[in-house]
Amino acid sequence: MNQPDEAPPPLHYDDALVAGVLKDVRTIAMVGASPNWVRPSNFAMKYLLGKGYTVIPINPGHAGKEIWEQAVYAELGDAPGPVDMVDVFRASKDAGGIVDRAIELKDEKGIRVIWMQLGVRDDAAAERARAAGLTVIMDRCPKIEYGRLFGELGWCGVNSGVISAKRTKR
Amino acid sequence: MDSKNDMPDGPPEFGFETRAIHAGARPDAETGARVTPIFQNTAYVFENAEHAADLFNLQTFGFIYSRLTNPTVSVLEERLANLEGGRAAVCAASGHAAQFLAMFTLLEPGDSFIASKNLYGGSITQFGHSFKRLGWTCHFVEPTPEEFQRALAEHPEAKCIFLEALANPGGLIVDLEPVAGIAHDAGIPLVVDNTLATPYLLKPFDWGADIVVHSTTKFLSGHANSMGGAVIESGKFDWAASGKFPGMTTPDPAYHGLTFFETFGDFGFTMKARAVALRDFGPAMAPMNAFLTITGIETLPLRMDRHVANAQKVAEFLEGHPAVAWVSYAGLPSSPWHTLAQKYLPKGAGSVFTFGLRGGYAAGIRCVETVELFSHLANIGDTRSLIIHPASTTHRQLTEEQQVAAGAGPDVVRLSIGLETAQDLIDDLEKALGA
Repeated sequence: MNQPDEAPPPLHYDDALVAGVLKDVRTIAMVGASPNWVRPSNFAMKYLLGKGYTVIPINPGHAGKEIWEQAVYAELGDAPGPVDMVDVFRASKDAGGIVDRAIELKDEKGIRVIWMQLGVRDDAAAERARAAGLTVIMDRCPKIEYGRLFGELGWCGVNSGVISAKRTKR
Repeated sequence: MDSKNDMPDGPPEFGFETRAIHAGARPDAETGARVTPIFQNTAYVFENAEHAADLFNLQTFGFIYSRLTNPTVSVLEERLANLEGGRAAVCAASGHAAQFLAMFTLLEPGDSFIASKNLYGGSITQFGHSFKRLGWTCHFVEPTPEEFQRALAEHPEAKCIFLEALANPGGLIVDLEPVAGIAHDAGIPLVVDNTLATPYLLKPFDWGADIVVHSTTKFLSGHANSMGGAVIESGKFDWAASGKFPGMTTPDPAYHGLTFFETFGDFGFTMKARAVALRDFGPAMAPMNAFLTITGIETLPLRMDRHVANAQKVAEFLEGHPAVAWVSYAGLPSSPWHTLAQKYLPKGAGSVFTFGLRGGYAAGIRCVETVELFSHLANIGDTRSLIIHPASTTHRQLTEEQQVAAGAGPDVVRLSIGLETAQDLIDDLEKALGA
């Protein structure tokens, strides 16, 4: 594609890194989770809950309400208990502030991973997070990556890139 | 979450032959069956009402009804996406159905697109006549970068460029790379029918194509026993940046206001082709056909090597025969497309080509009636070698002038070279030409 050169090169993450994150984390704070069921964040939240993750929705406009029976908090600092991963479901321009807040809270909450959603990318914020010892994944969806690495995504014709003669376990 | 322990640890890059056999086809989770089972099955039991709702809302991945997804067909879809180097694929009942799914997902009523003049005759009829009744206009052009550029200047509202990279029947090759650049400069995708080359000989995505369509009926299934088609997306076209595809980037009323590109990203086009076009028009591939096509693809690399080796030998023989006026095969140095063949099809220029007989119409008929080993029928991409005289069959209704323009003049014979012993094919043609 003849793209102008200001577009950054696409990101590559080894399957082992992504699979490692999805195996490791249990509690995900989803910043920008929406109660509207046609929004991608609502899709991803419901899917991740179904896979056994604890998902804490963060959305100041809906604080005190519930999304998929999970209490919504106004900001990351209000999330109860430990948070393994912060999933940024906001525009790229808002990602930096969320990342900086996660860095501030990393010891208090036990935050280990910053995940920015499909289409969300802030290379400078990612660098700050890495410097603070956090693992960073950008421009990916945990729902899609989970489905891809487990073979579920192949059910709708997506190329998972997984080649194996081992029996899948369900 | 026991299944978490089953996650692979970073698969290496595998070769084409390995992927032709394994991509999409891990052993069955329940039974361990090694060959992909034929799920000759219509519908799938939900775990509970919530699971049913999630599936219908596209909030989780799974099976509802085989018009949308089927576990056998989905193995073929993933394999095709993998072999083309694409992101995702959706299969259809035929190549024509696949073209319809692709165009219904790209176009709105009143839209137009630009297509190569050198297409399979059935595609010219589909685009020129049947699509017109849906409000879609196709502008046909000579498939050169200059002509595509000129057509886009004349029709800046066009929504895609469609072409056959290796064209049926005449052995013509389109210079893909600059045409992809022209399409992208206009913010529209390049759609390539890769039926004649298959991803073993040519990967259109490597040259900038955005969507590939196939008639899997031909070389992919390979044995002339299963109808089928496929649409594959590269995952690299930016529907939002283009601004010309509100159907991809704004809430879709056919799916409760879901925005396909935002929700599914680089496989949003495939999801929409499946969840709207395939769901609402219904040309699903049969599971049995998917099974036969999966089995065929396992030997695709071996078959294509033999197809092109045989085609080269037969083309060289014909070129030296006194009854033959010309041979149009891009594997021959005499072909005007020989240089492009070396760039785009270094493993071989396919096995479908035409030649002309000095004796004209009567000689063409005599040839197809005299051969013993070649099957006289309207198909390509079989293990068996096939022959047809277009002017007396597929293009019979056209004037001689129209026949010549379509590369199907009275003297033209089309061959699809199969996997028999090359010398047997040459002997058969020699007898027929001497008759």
